[in-house]
Amino acid sequence: MTDTALRATNRRGFLPPARPWRGLAYSATTGVASGVLWLMLSVPLTPVFSAAVVLSTRPTGAYLILAAVLGLVGIGLLSLLGPRIALSVARAERWRLRLLGRAVRPLGHGGHEPHDLTDAALWRAVAYLVLLGIIAPIWLGALAAIGLIVVSTPVSLEHWLSDADPLPGVIGRAVGGLSLIPVLLYLTAWFGAVHGELTRMLLEPEPSADLVEVARSRARLAHAFDAERVRIERDLHDIAQQRLVALTVQIGLARLDLPESSASAAAMSVAHDQARTLMTELRDLIRGISPRTLRELGLLAAVEELAAASSLNVRVDVTDGRFLPEVETIAYAAISEAVANTTKHACTTEVWITTQREGDRLLVEVRDGGNGGADPAHGSGLTGLADRAAAGGGRLLLSSPVGGPTVLRVELPCAS
Amino acid sequence: MRVVIAEDSVLLREGLSAMLARFQVEVIAAVGDASALMSAVSEHRPDLVITDVRMPPGFTDEGLRAAVALRVVQPELPVVALSQYVQHSYAGELLASGSGRSIGYLLKDRVGDVAEFADQLRRVAGGGTVVDPEVVRQLMQRRRDPLGKLSPREREVLSLMAQGHSNAAAARILSLTEAGVAKHIGNVLTKLDLPISDDTNRRVLAVLAYLRSQSD
Repeated sequence: MTDTALRATNRRGFLPPARPWRGLAYSATTGVASGVLWLMLSVPLTPVFSAAVVLSTRPTGAYLILAAVLGLVGIGLLSLLGPRIALSVARAERWRLRLLGRAVRPLGHGGHEPHDLTDAALWRAVAYLVLLGIIAPIWLGALAAIGLIVVSTPVSLEHWLSDADPLPGVIGRAVGGLSLIPVLLYLTAWFGAVHGELTRMLLEPEPSADLVEVARSRARLAHAFDAERVRIERDLHDIAQQRLVALTVQIGLARLDLPESSASAAAMSVAHDQARTLMTELRDLIRGISPRTLRELGLLAAVEELAAASSLNVRVDVTDGRFLPEVETIAYAAISEAVANTTKHACTTEVWITTQREGDRLLVEVRDGGNGGADPAHGSGLTGLADRAAAGGGRLLLSSPVGGPTVLRVELPCAS
Repeated sequence: MRVVIAEDSVLLREGLSAMLARFQVEVIAAVGDASALMSAVSEHRPDLVITDVRMPPGFTDEGLRAAVALRVVQPELPVVALSQYVQHSYAGELLASGSGRSIGYLLKDRVGDVAEFADQLRRVAGGGTVVDPEVVRQLMQRRRDPLGKLSPREREVLSLMAQGHSNAAAARILSLTEAGVAKHIGNVLTKLDLPISDDTNRRVLAVLAYLRSQSD
């Protein structure tokens, strides 16, 4: 699936996402990535280094020619393989950014594969090699040095104990070593975050003008659909519903004059019931098309109404305040879909709805107490929602491990 | 009983007028928007106002706004608001307006049950308060509140009280003795920490005050 795809997250805590752990995981894999990079670079660099060694040891006669040949071969290989290595690394590193929970536009959608030396994207990919190959190892080395201090503290503790050193000194060292652990973890996570940010800046493809236009057009389309839904809702409400109420009044009046035992009284009673049922169904239908409460009173009121009407035990912790109509619409649609899915599929009565504003994003989360195992591929509800979220510049994530719980999370830009 | 109707759908306005005529209710004015409602009320001094919540020009809650405004001037003016869908905050706002008595908040669905609807109008005109059973049901469903302490029977009694039924009516509906209903009501008031009083209106008001606090 594309960037609109549903991706699984396995978070136990609530918003915001477990950034420190993501940072740690990213830093840890940076070491591996750096190693692989040097392994690949060793092919073109070996002749160059050999040439340098030959030049420095025997700078005479035939050796000079050998050094020149080695050097030329090395530089040739470097210019041949360098860009390919840079682009492969860029691809892999873009993918690895997912560890930080960032969705990066894949090249095929958001940019283009650079093909010649005049392309800035290629040179940024080469610059990234310096970051991954040289700067990252220096940082990782510094972190490793702190790690070494932490690890060595218990060793030195034993050493000092055997030397019968004064106790306060021993304790001081142990405490010092232990207190470095959070510092180490923090620095590692921070390094991961900074590295990730630099990676994104260097490697995220710049959307071309066409693609910006496509994205805008997609947003416009979604907006037009919303407007159309509002219009349909208004028509149904102002015309169909009012007529239906008037109809039930007429039936009610007619029933007053019919003898209770007559056949027409029975038929009228059935007609009355059917009209009433239709009224309820029409109201539910209208609410599904475009909830009026949402438009008039905002997300909190609409979600509370949804919770009240639900047969489940829904707990609501929703930020008060208004957002752009499209943001509210998508957020509400996601919540409503998640609650409906829980009602239909999950064997539970517990649902938690939470929204929170984080910077310029609105985070929406619906969590149930069910057994999980929800498959977004079945039914178009969630995929359609994911598409709408993507059209609005946001994303939709679903986590539903077997055994539960099912968590639906929507992140929407809400700068206002 | 003299009433003013505010309803923007002509069809429904006529239907309502025809229906009320059947129940010896005199429709002295039937208007289509909120400002016409305001002037009709000041001109005719009706015994009861029936208004649609959603009316021109904005089609949001103009009718409700007008009802609240009317009750600022005339706190005892009986008002029945008709709504197409349940909106707790509307019900709460209406119940908080004026004297807190003589208020009806009903779904339009109820209008078709003509005899029952006419009865509800009379209850409101007589100082009673009628909240749509659906609103009451939804409020009752919220489990986080002290209503959770009530037994099913006590909930039923409270629900009937909120709909404006007297002890006798509640006893009839639930097939209980009046004394039994009174006992349940006593339990409800105790469990909800509301003052016990013999005055029916104060008791209903207390319950509604409670429902109101739930809908805010």
